[in-house]
Amino acid sequence: MRADIGIYILWRIAHSIPLIIGVSIIGFAIMHLAPGGPLAVYTLNPTITVTDIERIRVALGLDQPIHIQYLTWAKAMLTGTWGFTFFGGRPVLEVILERLPATLILMGSAMSLAIIIGTLIGMLGAVRRNSIFDYLATTGAMFALSFPTFWFGLMAIYLFAIELRWLPSGGMYELGEEGNPLDLLRHLVLPVTVLALVLVATWSRYARSSFLDVIQQDFIRTARAKGASSGRILFRHAFPNALIPLVALLGVQLPTLFSGALVTETVFSWPGMGRLFVDALNMKEYPILMGMIMFTAFFVIIGNLLADIVVALIDPRVKLG
Amino acid sequence: MTAQNNPVIAEPTGGNSYLQLVTQRFLTHRLAVLGAVTVVLLCASALLAGVLAPHDPMLLDTSKRFMPPFVSWTHPLGTDELGRDTLSRLLYGGQVSLTVGLVAMITTMITGTVVGLVAGFYGGWIDSLLMRLVDTLLCFPQVFLLLVVAAFVPPTILSISLIIGLTSWMEIARIVRAQSFSLKEMDFMQASRGLGASNWRMMYVELLPNIIAPVLVAATLKVATAVLMESYISYLGYGVQPPLASWGNMLTNAQGYFDTEPFLAILPGALITLTVMGFNFLGDGLRDAVDSRLKIDT
Repeated sequence: MRADIGIYILWRIAHSIPLIIGVSIIGFAIMHLAPGGPLAVYTLNPTITVTDIERIRVALGLDQPIHIQYLTWAKAMLTGTWGFTFFGGRPVLEVILERLPATLILMGSAMSLAIIIGTLIGMLGAVRRNSIFDYLATTGAMFALSFPTFWFGLMAIYLFAIELRWLPSGGMYELGEEGNPLDLLRHLVLPVTVLALVLVATWSRYARSSFLDVIQQDFIRTARAKGASSGRILFRHAFPNALIPLVALLGVQLPTLFSGALVTETVFSWPGMGRLFVDALNMKEYPILMGMIMFTAFFVIIGNLLADIVVALIDPRVKLG
Repeated sequence: MTAQNNPVIAEPTGGNSYLQLVTQRFLTHRLAVLGAVTVVLLCASALLAGVLAPHDPMLLDTSKRFMPPFVSWTHPLGTDELGRDTLSRLLYGGQVSLTVGLVAMITTMITGTVVGLVAGFYGGWIDSLLMRLVDTLLCFPQVFLLLVVAAFVPPTILSISLIIGLTSWMEIARIVRAQSFSLKEMDFMQASRGLGASNWRMMYVELLPNIIAPVLVAATLKVATAVLMESYISYLGYGVQPPLASWGNMLTNAQGYFDTEPFLAILPGALITLTVMGFNFLGDGLRDAVDSRLKIDT
């Protein structure tokens, strides 16, 4: 344990605060300065008069100057409700947390699967460099990175749900099966595969180059000269060292993971945060959209922070500060 | 001319220019060449859509709905739910998708390069401010940021391209900043300062040509991402609006008839994949060709 790690963590947290404020200002500005606004939906409805719209505007506080609106919103953020939804008036945080488990299950499964498979592919590719396996793996990763996620999802639905009827085409549970883990598993197979595909591709590329870097270093040659078996060299010597840059990568990959989850959830009607975001967008629900942006930003910033702290803890070479 | 020479790299001997070496390297990379050929073919077919398309892409003919592909010469790839010719729509859709990809890439390049150059060249508080902006924007998942902006701006091909470009320049800015930082203290920069060059001249005439190679590589890969992003936001309904065809909105359309007419969904998706892959292989090959320059020279 390093003595200065506490100061390092505090310093990093202090550095994250301006980021959070920046995200909130940019998000707020985009939504509130854009033409149309949240009440544009009502202008299309002939039964709602101009005075009605004006009344709703006042009721929702949208008649206030933008900086007052921002401060009102920021206060709601700090007091823990994160504001209230336009339709229904529920606390935004509650609405988001309701959708969180579904997304966490999806992202967590995809991420774990991708890390295991991606690391193995990358490791084998690095060890058997320029072999047929390496060639196929790197080319395959390129292919996987070029698929539009939603198209791959649609193709998977067509093949496995419509033609072969092996798996359900969407949703999280069959009607009446809520909470049944086996049913959940059946529903998870397709979306997790689709979401994991891109992650495996990225991850295996990084793992390969990380392992390549490590196995060309002197201490590996030393281990080999001492007569260590190739398995021992790989798992005891190379593995922990190659993993360090990959931990840092975990944090960096989070925004991509969220983007992928949004699209995957839409394709598979998965009742998670991505769907919530798309629905809120269609309804012009500013408070939910702002809440979602803040939530993902927190997630990304904390993820990066944790990754950096873990790297600092396990790698004594990292300079703190 | 001396200022234009890359100071990191000694002029290679044997009369081979840097460009020739890069070309040689690139040509040995088979997949990259394949990518380049694909990109050229796709661009050509999009440019010539007016000549190649057998029909008007928006022409409705309800007597010919859902014609299967590969059975008639008048509609080689069949028709959609409104009897519109699929081949013509794919060709014109390609025009839209590639235009968005290229315009978005140019926007990304210009924004990223200017921000990176200014930050790297001036340093100090300007640099801190711009880089904190970059950090902040990187906290947004790109699809989220893209959708929020796209939902509030009336969608046209230009607005969509600009939105995609303006939400994806951050990496380029980082690359350019890092490069300008390392180059600005080099002798040729000192020399031009001594000769009384203005800041503007030093940034864009002296510095820029020396950092353009990695930027161009990143730009090729950015076209691929932009084409993907266009398909994502069109698929979610905030991109190119019907009846104008783009590969993304053709897919959304096809989703409704998916169980009976899978072909309508397979084709636009396959073309998106082909385009993205073409640019990815091209960009990867270019990166390898440019990156290994030091190895060739020593």
